Amino acid sequence: MSFEFRAIYWREMLKFFRFKSVLFSSLIQPVMWLAFFGLAMSDSFDQLTSLIPDIPGVPKVDYLSYMGAGIIAMDVLFSSLFGGTTLMFDKKFSLLRETLASPVPRSHIILGIGLSGVTKAFIQTFIIIGFGKLIGMDFFKGYTLTETFIAFSGIMLLVAIFSLGFLFLSGSIAITIENPEGMQSILTLLSMPLFFVSNALYPIDAFPAVLKFLSMFNPLTLLADGIRYFSLGSNFSVMGNHYIYTTADISVSFLGLIFFALAMLSAAIWRFNKVNI
Amino acid sequence: MTGNVIEVNNLEYAYGSVKAVDDISFTVKQGEIFSFLGPNGAGKSTVINVLTTLRKIQKGEARVNGYDVAKESKSVRRSIGIVFQMLCLDHEMTVSENLEYHGKIYSMPKKERKERIEELLKLTELEGKRDTLGKELSGGMKRRLELARGLMTKPAVLFLDEPTVGFDIQTRMRMWEYLREIKREGTTIFLTTHYMEEADQLSDRISIIDHGKIIVTGSAEELKNKLGKDLIYLETSNNKIAAEILRSLNSVKTVTEDTKSLRVMIGENVTHALPQIMEKIREEGIDITTVNIKKPSMDDVFVHYTGHGLREGDTKEKYDGMETEGVSE
Repeated sequence: MSFEFRAIYWREMLKFFRFKSVLFSSLIQPVMWLAFFGLAMSDSFDQLTSLIPDIPGVPKVDYLSYMGAGIIAMDVLFSSLFGGTTLMFDKKFSLLRETLASPVPRSHIILGIGLSGVTKAFIQTFIIIGFGKLIGMDFFKGYTLTETFIAFSGIMLLVAIFSLGFLFLSGSIAITIENPEGMQSILTLLSMPLFFVSNALYPIDAFPAVLKFLSMFNPLTLLADGIRYFSLGSNFSVMGNHYIYTTADISVSFLGLIFFALAMLSAAIWRFNKVNI
Repeated sequence: MTGNVIEVNNLEYAYGSVKAVDDISFTVKQGEIFSFLGPNGAGKSTVINVLTTLRKIQKGEARVNGYDVAKESKSVRRSIGIVFQMLCLDHEMTVSENLEYHGKIYSMPKKERKERIEELLKLTELEGKRDTLGKELSGGMKRRLELARGLMTKPAVLFLDEPTVGFDIQTRMRMWEYLREIKREGTTIFLTTHYMEEADQLSDRISIIDHGKIIVTGSAEELKNKLGKDLIYLETSNNKIAAEILRSLNSVKTVTEDTKSLRVMIGENVTHALPQIMEKIREEGIDITTVNIKKPSMDDVFVHYTGHGLREGDTKEKYDGMETEGVSE
């Protein structure tokens, strides 16, 4: 058993905490989404939907809490999707040479980068949930300590799988492409549909059929649904939409994300084995 | 072990249809500094890339530290240290972090890493810079750090690809001192260079390589002596005829015609040969305008064996872009 991936992980984390500006912005950004977009939208949505009669017997969740799950998903999406960029610069400035010339298996480079990305995603998720609770998000409402712990672990597990998937995707692109502009435009192109064709910020019930269908396969939807299941419960209503998550639903989230991550892992391994120095 | 740290037999390497390395065989002995001297594009970097398993061997056989580069690449990698032609340090990590990272990717135990970092910082005189970021180092210090990094795992062989390219002469000479010190500690060194003085002053043995082939191998002394004891430069009113006369003389080993002058290798003591040479040429009514005597240098050796100077070779762009890289500063 070899553990060289720990060296890659160590280097990534060292640099994550070294670049104070990147560190600060990546931690402050989700808080700003929640604080500005979240609070503003939440008030207007809740005002608009206050006329919709409550569904009897179903707990009502405000928009802020609904959106909080989406913000976690979105934030992890962006940080993971751009997380592979370091590889492109490492390759561009021949920093990767040292590692590629060493006995470290290439899969360990992917794993090391992946785990460091997951760590960053965990930190962000933690901050969003913490700050969200502070401004009145209803996560884990009425849960016992054990239930909260289980729910929290469930969220982190989903976040980890999701994050790995997008880091592998990002790494594959980074190792293939030569210039930063190209990388930037591909990632922007990818993130747009991922973000909007999902239920991260709004329910998809009113979507046109095609978009609704597509959004069901979107990893972002799978993650947002999963987080909502763990944090808001399996039966709630938001803005007049009744949400019921069954065990099947949460299994679909897990399996879908695992499938996605594995597919991206094989893509990454394939691209990495092609790299020549 | 046969005492050879590197053994190469009939190595060939082609980029598409362009042969970069053409049927090369050589050995590097335990504990020596061995140089590949040749112009850019001669195939030097390709040989290093094959020996360090960065490129898959296409034809022939090569063993490094007893391991087959084709089949035992992981063991080869564990046996070697590399200083790449292009600087590749992490500018956002400190000197000691760069070394630490290297130790970690080679799975060195923590205690060993710490000790080795101290030794190497001392060797490369970077002790005062241990917490300095890579980007704040001067060019020479960066190279020294790379040298330290290459030695981190106590490799059996240290490969250096054009280690002093782009550096001023002081920095270069200092680098040579470090390399000699490393050799004294028992590390075998394989380096490529296109600097004559580097090959001449530093190496125990040199292979002159041109167009992917090894032209000649030997110590600097041997190579120079093969040319003859002394070298005379002559400028005459008719170089062509003078050259013919000279070739007929017993004391003359070879005659090379340059654009303006004749380069005459003498097999015996020049003080006796020169009067005779001058007399013979004058007898044919040719005027001698300039005479210059010197001991053969590496430049002369190179010109003699390759038929051209290194400068001229610099402009050959046969394999350019595949293996020629400048230092980024």
